[in-house]
Amino acid sequence: MEILVCVKRVPATGGRITLTPDGQEIDTRYLGFTISPHEECGVEEAVRIVEAQGGSTAVLTLGPVAAEEQLRDAMAVGIDRAILLETDGREFDPVATAAAIVEAVRAQEASRTPFDLLMFGTEAADTGDFQVGIRVAVALGRPIVSGIKSLTLRDGMVMARREAPGGGWETCEVPLPAVVSVKEGLNLPRYPSVPGRLRAKRREIERMTPAWSQTGPVKLGLRVPQTEGAPVEILGRGPEAAPAIVDLLERIGVLAS
Amino acid sequence: MSGILVFVEHTAGEADRLSREALVLAGSLAAAAAAGAAVEAVLFGADAAAVAGGLGEQGVRTAHVVEDSRLGAYAPAAWAGAIAELIEARGLAAVIAGGSERGNEVLAHLAARTGRPMAANVTDVTVAATQGDPWRLTRQRWAGSLLEDAELHADVHVLTVAPHVIPVDESGGASGGALAASVVRFDPAVNDRDLVGRVTGHEAPKGGAISLGDAKVVVSGGRGVGSAEGFGILEELAGLLGGAVGGSRVVTSNGWRPHSDQVGQTGLRIAPDIYIACGISGAIQHIVGCKAAKRILAINTDPDSPIMGVADYAVIGDLHQVVPAITAEIRRRAAARG
Repeated sequence: MEILVCVKRVPATGGRITLTPDGQEIDTRYLGFTISPHEECGVEEAVRIVEAQGGSTAVLTLGPVAAEEQLRDAMAVGIDRAILLETDGREFDPVATAAAIVEAVRAQEASRTPFDLLMFGTEAADTGDFQVGIRVAVALGRPIVSGIKSLTLRDGMVMARREAPGGGWETCEVPLPAVVSVKEGLNLPRYPSVPGRLRAKRREIERMTPAWSQTGPVKLGLRVPQTEGAPVEILGRGPEAAPAIVDLLERIGVLAS
Repeated sequence: MSGILVFVEHTAGEADRLSREALVLAGSLAAAAAAGAAVEAVLFGADAAAVAGGLGEQGVRTAHVVEDSRLGAYAPAAWAGAIAELIEARGLAAVIAGGSERGNEVLAHLAARTGRPMAANVTDVTVAATQGDPWRLTRQRWAGSLLEDAELHADVHVLTVAPHVIPVDESGGASGGALAASVVRFDPAVNDRDLVGRVTGHEAPKGGAISLGDAKVVVSGGRGVGSAEGFGILEELAGLLGGAVGGSRVVTSNGWRPHSDQVGQTGLRIAPDIYIACGISGAIQHIVGCKAAKRILAINTDPDSPIMGVADYAVIGDLHQVVPAITAEIRRRAAARG
């Protein structure tokens, strides 16, 4: 089984987000970076599949040279090799991102065994565009199942399961080669081991330099939304606050009085 | 301006809430545009016609109903193909969907196959005064912790609406002149290749429990709960209130609760009547999942935790003492009433 996982480097934001003075970017001077959460589960799933069934795994990211950190994070938990689509730091919109990934997949498949499965996160934690995986699948003419929380590969088919809109689960089956976009909850990602980290550090990273283009949406600037509303009303301290809480529950009609 | 088409999802004979939010946005765009703009809808499935008939009250003039049995089960690529055909037939200015998984998925397929950009999770749109100029819009990043102002240059504007931002009339009733929607049967060409990713099976939800997405009361726990067993007291309170139990990301990453219970950016975004946050500090990724609640009650030992910045009510204290005290007080009052 040949699997490619596409990941995105995103800042690890905490209690609040601060912007750069020009309002174009998040001020990341005091932030660490991480693999976007859905894709972290994609990395783990790819490693598990190949551990169970054999084959090889690759991880790909589009980003600045610093995104090597996330590629090495993925290799530290068992991904075999890494591909960096190196940008000059400008943000690629979803159309340009998908085009760069399609080009990279084609280049990879021209010289080695084609991928059976491409994995994406359903949406990136930062931009939340919900479309890169689907655009890649459509461009490559491969079926895609999106938003999945469980995955089985058997007899050349992907059996995927996701939460159904009204509760419960719905299932899809598509033939390989295929594309899936996954959500957190697919698995619990492992932590890297020290030998894993050392091994990842020594690995070569393949590089491509994709062309930047702009289709849209065209970013004009970012804003932190203003939180409106009154300050918090303290109902009390400790268990003695229980009557005040139950009064509130009765008043708003969630508890019969 | 030509028409604005809304992809309407529906359950048990009613348009879904997120689709109604999309209809409200579409209505405001049509009203702001020059004469001639009308809201249209497209619905899929066997009971689509019944839902479509009622959409006049939501401002829909023409509802296209796809009843082809091959498209009855959810088939994102094929549904997008049908919408692409409607774009050609109707000369639309925009296609809008709610910010659901399906709304985003179908419109991403539509945008990909027709070579257009798509703006996901918009909160505000300004239609260009001059045809051909870009539309200005605001969209969510970080699930709403950050807003992006952007321009969309396209002949047909493909948009999904951020969940729980645009208010809808809870009664589902009319907002002004309620013309009846004319329901038109639409039979798109169906390409077998587009049916490959369709849904082929369902597993029913576990019976009895109220789903987290629909619950009026959500009792939610964070790191402060401390263990899977610690959720027992939250379960008990939720049970008394007819509500559901949720949790923060740390809770599901630690395996204390299943991931389907997670409230937040990588879990569910919910809008209950009250959200009781127990031992949750309030990282932005969590807040975006619960801020649409009508009220937030925080129970936390730390009066300076970020959750206090968004909570309406707070109790400063240890949830392990406060939550059982609430349960006991509810029982005491019920017993006193006989």
